[in-house]
Amino acid sequence: MKIYQKFYDTDVGYSFFNSKVAIFSFVLFLIIAFCSLFAEFVSPYNPFDPLNVSLMDAFIPPVWSEGGDGRFILGTDQQGRDMLSTIIYGSRISLIVGFASIIFAMVFGVFLGVTAGYLGGKYETIVMRLTDVQLTIPSILMALLVDGIARAIISKSMHDEMAIYVLIFAIGISEWPQFARVTRASTLVEKNKEYVAASKIIGLSSIYIMFKHILPNILRPVLVIATIGLALAIIAESTLSFLGVGVPPTTPSLGTLIRFGNNFLFSGEWWITFFPAIFLIVLALSINLLGDWMRDALNPKLKKR
Amino acid sequence: MSFLKIQNLDISYKTRKETIVASQNVSFTLEKGEILGVVGESGSGKSTIANAIINQIDPPGEITQGSIQLDNLELCNNENLIQTFRGKKIGFIFQDPQTSLNPLFTIKEQLVETIQTHLKLNDQDATQRAIQLLKEVGIQDAEKRINDYPHQFSGGMRQRVVIALSICCEPDLLIADEPTTALDVSIQAQILKLIKELTIKRNLAVIIITHDMGVIAEITNKVAIMRYGVIVEQGLTKDILTNPQSSEGKSLIISVPPTNKKINRFTLISPEGKEITLNSANLTKNIIKTWGVRETSNKKILNFENVSKVFDDGSLLKKQDSKNIVKALTGVTFDVFEGETFGLVGESGSGKSTIAKIITGLIKPSSGKISYYNDKLYNDRNIYQSQYSRGQIQMIFQDPYSSLNPRFKVRDIIAEPLKFYQKDLSQQDLQSNIHDLIDIAGMSRQSLDRYPHEFSGGQRQRISIARALATRPRLLICDEPTSALDVSIQAQILNLLKDIQDELHLTMLFISHDLPVIRQMCNRIVVLKDGNVCEINDSESLFKQPQHSYTKQLIDLMPKIESLV
Repeated sequence: MKIYQKFYDTDVGYSFFNSKVAIFSFVLFLIIAFCSLFAEFVSPYNPFDPLNVSLMDAFIPPVWSEGGDGRFILGTDQQGRDMLSTIIYGSRISLIVGFASIIFAMVFGVFLGVTAGYLGGKYETIVMRLTDVQLTIPSILMALLVDGIARAIISKSMHDEMAIYVLIFAIGISEWPQFARVTRASTLVEKNKEYVAASKIIGLSSIYIMFKHILPNILRPVLVIATIGLALAIIAESTLSFLGVGVPPTTPSLGTLIRFGNNFLFSGEWWITFFPAIFLIVLALSINLLGDWMRDALNPKLKKR
Repeated sequence: MSFLKIQNLDISYKTRKETIVASQNVSFTLEKGEILGVVGESGSGKSTIANAIINQIDPPGEITQGSIQLDNLELCNNENLIQTFRGKKIGFIFQDPQTSLNPLFTIKEQLVETIQTHLKLNDQDATQRAIQLLKEVGIQDAEKRINDYPHQFSGGMRQRVVIALSICCEPDLLIADEPTTALDVSIQAQILKLIKELTIKRNLAVIIITHDMGVIAEITNKVAIMRYGVIVEQGLTKDILTNPQSSEGKSLIISVPPTNKKINRFTLISPEGKEITLNSANLTKNIIKTWGVRETSNKKILNFENVSKVFDDGSLLKKQDSKNIVKALTGVTFDVFEGETFGLVGESGSGKSTIAKIITGLIKPSSGKISYYNDKLYNDRNIYQSQYSRGQIQMIFQDPYSSLNPRFKVRDIIAEPLKFYQKDLSQQDLQSNIHDLIDIAGMSRQSLDRYPHEFSGGQRQRISIARALATRPRLLICDEPTSALDVSIQAQILNLLKDIQDELHLTMLFISHDLPVIRQMCNRIVVLKDGNVCEINDSESLFKQPQHSYTKQLIDLMPKIESLV
């Protein structure tokens, strides 16, 4: 209760508890994250355990349609797997890939941005031109490129195991320029402040000043792009999986489920693709709304009186 | 009936957590031809009252009670009426001439627009009037310059344009909110003279808001002293300056550095009105004993020989094109001896801060030799030799709001240099050293676990001093350490610096644009102008018999509180 009160007293906390959108999207995101984290306990079946799956149950529509079965609320797919369970398991893969790739992009981008802003000179020019080049390559194209190279290098049997890491790297590498640009700009502002000059006069090393003094002061914008970037990364993962270059079908993510369902869309089994798609939209939207709120709440210029 | 009459004015700002009362029961009157000075420390509600008169209080502030009458018309919360008055009957001069003119319009467009809004004149007559106004405020070649953009004028010229703008529709009331704070002393004198002339010539009523008692002494007839939103004292300027009744008034006046004599310490007045005679620093602390006392001889501690600094535009294709080159310093030569306080004085752009930055290695000199004792601070490849200055040269900065890392607790801010220079320091010794330093700076030990934003400017400056002392420096550079502070806080900080210097036998390089402060602090002074040394002399002889014409001019123009006493 005390912690709650303390959080409520801060400006960010106050803005959070007075924004219905923020609370709603945060709760929604928490529910999804909780379900996917504890999928084993939450979902009614384990869709990847052959003992649980029977081909006899294939193509059962959702429970409220004609021919629905009370055991499968959102129906089943072509192999008789429960849709609700596959979605929960699938969202786990999507979230893991999303988080991991955005953390990778953040660490990489922030490191380059801070060092470029602080050190300046030729190093800065090279790094910033690199981000410019990176920004001209569409992220999907970049990811396809990385995936293609990975396929050429890694053997087929290894590939399925490595697929998720390749995917994380591919998405992360196309997201880092955002972080590099924002942190460089903030670093340029911070490094001219007098506390940085004071640290220099004390004799502290550049590395120490950059990461101990400057970095904590520029984390706010990083947090905002990381949140909005998370939604983008999840969508990027789904897009790649939809195109068939993402995670292997044995461990389907939301994108993979949509791809499978797509084949049955015109033969009347609409639920196989519809529910994963809706779920993806809800997930991405809740993160985006949260990011929008955070951008406003952390920006003192937009503060409402 | 008075021309402007303010009665029982209450203004408050309602925020989520509390209601801040910005002014309470404020009453005063003003006649035409009078200049009223409103003076007080920052946050005392001076500007709020000025904004209330033109109904421009920032939300969520509102006038909760009281009346403002101009020529017997009630202005309070009457937006329709006040809109016709703003600019026409009431002129307003803002603090910063850099931002109060629109940079995208020429001076002519801005003046003509204002004139035509309030007076029915055609373009030609309005332009004619604008030119005439510019001439009146002392802008030469007004016919030509009227087509210039604001950035083509200097700071003082811009403030003149702002004044022209504020008087263009013949207002009866002129409100000037810190009109000279952003300006150098010589330009300040010109602007004050101009306001005074206009008051007499046009029979204006003028309200000047300032924190500078010198300005009050120079031009006002009446003064109101404010504290926490209440007028604690008002009356004729001469009476208040010579015989203040309230403790706030006494404190304000006694804290002003005198311009005509050197005093040992500033007298401080407590809120109850008693004089504080105690030594502000508690210097019998262990840390000093472990440091031991350094004896000061008359050795040269710092030597500048023919140092120049040129800022180019930083492009990779270096052309020796004189257009893009700014000469910050040209052939500066001076010596600083152990144990003295050496003053650098000059107007903005004179290169004072550049010298400080060169000594501390923040920027490199373009040419010349800088020695610390017998060691050169820059080697042949112009790289700063930090091993000679390690911890021995420290600096206190101008802006107390940006000189402390907002994400660090005070304890960590002070601990950082200690840990850096004494890697084998035990946790216990570290804590006791931190406690000693915060005691020396005159802060409570409870403040160690708070963040910088919880402190006022003066308190932050004390934390800065504690941090600077942590490395046990020999040379302390103070770059305008009090220019962002109120005058009574300034007196405290200057006393503290003097105490520290006496006890620790520090050498100080004191940088300021404020001549009275320099006079109180320094043994020797160098006067700088546009990066050139004008004069180096003992401070007493410099103030009594200035040799250089520029020094004479500076001393003549500084506002003197004694002029009335």
